[in-house]
Amino acid sequence: MLISLLIITALYAVIKIPYDQAISLWRGGETVWYKNPKFAPPAWFNTFSRNKLPVSFAVNTADGGMTKTVTAGAQGTGTVDIRYAFDYQYDAYPQEMLLYFTSKFAQKQPFVSIVWLTPDGRKIRIDDLGVGQKQTLRFSQDERLLQRLQGADPMQALFQDPKTHAITKGNYQLQITGTTFEAGSDIDAEFVFHGELFGLAGTDQQRRDLVVPLLWGAPVALIFGLVASLGTLVLTMMIAAVGTWYGGWVDELIQRITEINLVLPFLSILVMIGTFYSRSIWVILGVTVLLSIFTGSIKSYRAIFLQVKESPYIEAARAYGASDFRIIFQYLIPRMIPLLIPGLVSSVPAFVFLEASLAVLGLGDPVLPTWGKIINDADTNGALYKGLYYWILEPAALLMVTGFGFAMLGFALDRVFNPRLRDI
Amino acid sequence: MVASMKAIRQEPDARKVLLSIDDLHVWFELRRFGFGHAGYVKAVDGVTFVLYAGETIAVVGESGCGKSSLMKTILALYKPTSGKVIFEGEDLSTLSRTAMHQYHSHVGYVQQDPYGALPPFMNVQRILEEPLIVGGVRNREERLERVRKAMAEVKLSPVEDFLLKYPHMLSGGQQQRVVIARAMIMEPRFLVADEPVSMLDASVRVEILKLLRGLQEKHNLSVIYITHDLSTVSYFSERIFVMYAAKLVEKASVRHVLDNPLHPYTMALLTGTSEPDARNAETFKAIPPGEPPSLVKPPSGCRFHPRCPKIIKGICEFKEPPDFEPEPGHLVACWLYQ
Amino acid sequence: MEQSHSLLRIEDLVLHFKTTHGPVQAVDGVNFELGTNRAVVILGESGCGKTSLAKAILRLLPRNAGTYSGRIYLDGKDIMLLGDEEFRQNIRWASISMVPQAAMNALNPVMRVGEQVAEPAIVHLGVDRNGAISLVKKMFQRVGVSDDFISRYPFELSGGMRQRVTIAMALITSPSLIILDEPTSALDVLTQANIFNVLKRLKKELGISFILITHDIATSSELADDVAVMYAGQIVEVSDAYRFFERPLHPYSQKLMASVPRLHGTKEPEFITGQPPSLIDPPKGCRFASRCPFVFAKCADDPPDFEKDGRKVKCWLYA
Repeated sequence: MLISLLIITALYAVIKIPYDQAISLWRGGETVWYKNPKFAPPAWFNTFSRNKLPVSFAVNTADGGMTKTVTAGAQGTGTVDIRYAFDYQYDAYPQEMLLYFTSKFAQKQPFVSIVWLTPDGRKIRIDDLGVGQKQTLRFSQDERLLQRLQGADPMQALFQDPKTHAITKGNYQLQITGTTFEAGSDIDAEFVFHGELFGLAGTDQQRRDLVVPLLWGAPVALIFGLVASLGTLVLTMMIAAVGTWYGGWVDELIQRITEINLVLPFLSILVMIGTFYSRSIWVILGVTVLLSIFTGSIKSYRAIFLQVKESPYIEAARAYGASDFRIIFQYLIPRMIPLLIPGLVSSVPAFVFLEASLAVLGLGDPVLPTWGKIINDADTNGALYKGLYYWILEPAALLMVTGFGFAMLGFALDRVFNPRLRDI
Repeated sequence: MVASMKAIRQEPDARKVLLSIDDLHVWFELRRFGFGHAGYVKAVDGVTFVLYAGETIAVVGESGCGKSSLMKTILALYKPTSGKVIFEGEDLSTLSRTAMHQYHSHVGYVQQDPYGALPPFMNVQRILEEPLIVGGVRNREERLERVRKAMAEVKLSPVEDFLLKYPHMLSGGQQQRVVIARAMIMEPRFLVADEPVSMLDASVRVEILKLLRGLQEKHNLSVIYITHDLSTVSYFSERIFVMYAAKLVEKASVRHVLDNPLHPYTMALLTGTSEPDARNAETFKAIPPGEPPSLVKPPSGCRFHPRCPKIIKGICEFKEPPDFEPEPGHLVACWLYQ
Repeated sequence: MEQSHSLLRIEDLVLHFKTTHGPVQAVDGVNFELGTNRAVVILGESGCGKTSLAKAILRLLPRNAGTYSGRIYLDGKDIMLLGDEEFRQNIRWASISMVPQAAMNALNPVMRVGEQVAEPAIVHLGVDRNGAISLVKKMFQRVGVSDDFISRYPFELSGGMRQRVTIAMALITSPSLIILDEPTSALDVLTQANIFNVLKRLKKELGISFILITHDIATSSELADDVAVMYAGQIVEVSDAYRFFERPLHPYSQKLMASVPRLHGTKEPEFITGQPPSLIDPPKGCRFASRCPFVFAKCADDPPDFEKDGRKVKCWLYA
């Protein structure tokens, strides 16, 4: 149920967005994320809100999102007509609108004129400009537009009724008329609309789509949780088994290490490692496993192993000459496994939470996108102060689902493996 | 039955000695707070006997008399503190690793609690394969062949029905058969059977005893049968060794011991053993008072003297009795037979 | 049965347990009678329901108990009609006490044995602590435990001593009946014989009745006045000990007797082929039929209890 959903999510994330891509997306910054607004809550916000906020989008001519017609003129000149119409039914202004031009030419730059058509039929000239190979037009920072609008905020001016100052809803059109002066010269445009809302999960301060870290957080959390839990368990069990089997100083040593480790502050050590050595998730994982081996559980396994060690079937194995190694791995440890599987499963969320807590403390892996990192980013950017609850609630909800899922699975497995809970 | 068994056998002395135990001591150090020395538990304290090829002997004694430690030393699970266990002329303590491995395959071990003796997470096939794997039988086919043979021998048939079962799916009797099959699978020279039937129901008990005896006769096995129950020994053993407080107090043939017990402790054991008879309810049994002594500080002299109804004052408390032989082949460590 | 009047009479006692595979018919229509100052042995193999019978008599029902019915007359009064609280106050321990299976491991390891033994006296007799302790001393004397064990902990006592202590605990409220569940099965021969000496003395001196539940036929004869043989949840034979040990009637009893190894016997012991039926879905008709050497057509029907010279046997051979 919950767990399988989580695993499917994780697999989906890994397949859909391969690791390298995920990292480059996460580390990308403006060049990757220029299409997205900052601090945008997810698009489905509108479903729950009466005040409809504009949803972001981006269209371009290359993939046919904007219609582009080219008419050839005399002497190698040409006219490129690019149009895009969209319906605007929102109660707020967008953050920003941008046009990205790319052009091909040898010597003479093409030239474009941009016109904005409002639903009530007004026609506003945005700008006329020569286009380099790459040219960006930011509506709200365009000097000429600002002059033309006499200092009014372009985002408001473009969507407002000039008399009532109310938002005009309806069909807006963007018209770009380009002129090329050479044969083979061409213009492409991309229109990026930064609304107030974005996508399924919203964006953060770096315009990053939170879907990426939320999706990628699942495999990272699962792997961290499972590897930490399994690693801890397997190593603890092996060490406990070896200690109890050989007894004597081996056992004593393990006992003493455990006692020392028990009084060491676990989180502080992790924080120290994170601060002074490395924040790589693998280093943290390794240290977590190491520190979790010598804890109370090694003592309780030891108690069980001491009992199992004395059982007649072990004695029989010794009598037919089984080696110490064989007894530990084929006779002692298998006896424990059914007792441990439920515990294994229910200790996963603890490690998931640990990783998240470290990330929240700012000690998360600097490279990997994780749930904890999202919360950390949200926190450092004052998400709660600014009312951007989605930013924290989304990863928090996923963390809770994970914890709940594993806890449920743990209970279920306990019923299966624990004979005392069966039957009656 | 016992008589007939005897008749077809040779006299013990003409037989080949398989195992001899020579003045064996097994002591365990007691520690105070984990390090300080606090004396020894003298679990086996000077035991000597020989086991002939094809002979069955019973070691009889109460819990805590040291018979388990004796057995485990014979199985090479414990190391003797002093004295020797000699198998076919070779002292176990001098054996190399490989020779020790060989020795392990010569000894079969049948335990008391069949359920505990079987690893609960293995199926019957795996359980029986284990000694073969450990013993270095690499060929899987051969292992399976031998597993089937051993199962057929202990009458776990049809074999297919049992191969893939786990111990908890079997009845107590079937579990004990698996234990016996495991003990037999390496074709051992002798079996150590530690109370093999005491945890079983009466009706199954006889079945298992008969199975063991059948195997013993078929393979001319030697058997060391360890028990606290004298009533089963006559069906199974030729000689009985009675053990009290880490020492063998009486060593003789079954008939000698059962019909003419000499040591006062043996007499008490026989009195204590009930036979199904309604008249029992009307009589009180004359049982020596007290309980077996601690093996840390056993009584001086004869260890039975504080409880002995026939104590000879002035001797028994001070001097340890050697083995006397009041009739041929009947050894008893008691001053009464000086 | 001859001279004494009936102390306990059980009629059609049924106790089933609920499990996921269906009801386990652990006690299925048990009838027997026990006279004052007599001892009856309930003889049966593991899983035949003999411990459940003891629990049914004392109404010590586990959580998964299902059907629980029948009549239990103690001194002519049907105690099945009593409420749970009344039963606890007036019957359990006050009139019938029990020495449970593996009792020597059932003692509370962190409580001095004297206080544990005193506990039932304080609860049921309403005596104060000092009174109870002096009572404990008396009981210890009866079972042959020295006074200075009162302030010791269970682990300081040997198995035999602990078993005596549990008997003292059952004895302290001076009940008229003590149920002993496998009292000596984990003990050594001499200890076992000593315990039976104690029980015999108690029976003789205090006039107590016993129900002795055991699988050990040979030692059961140490205490038995009567023998009841239990098989697959039912009592198949009730007889006085003399005639039972001489010549048991039911084929199962005969087989069981034949399986007992004897010290000086000349006859080979025999074993019973096959296994007892499952108590979840026991076979119709006689439950021993599939293992019985004398099985005939009639055995497909449920045999009633047949009376034969004052003995009762559930077998068509005696119709």
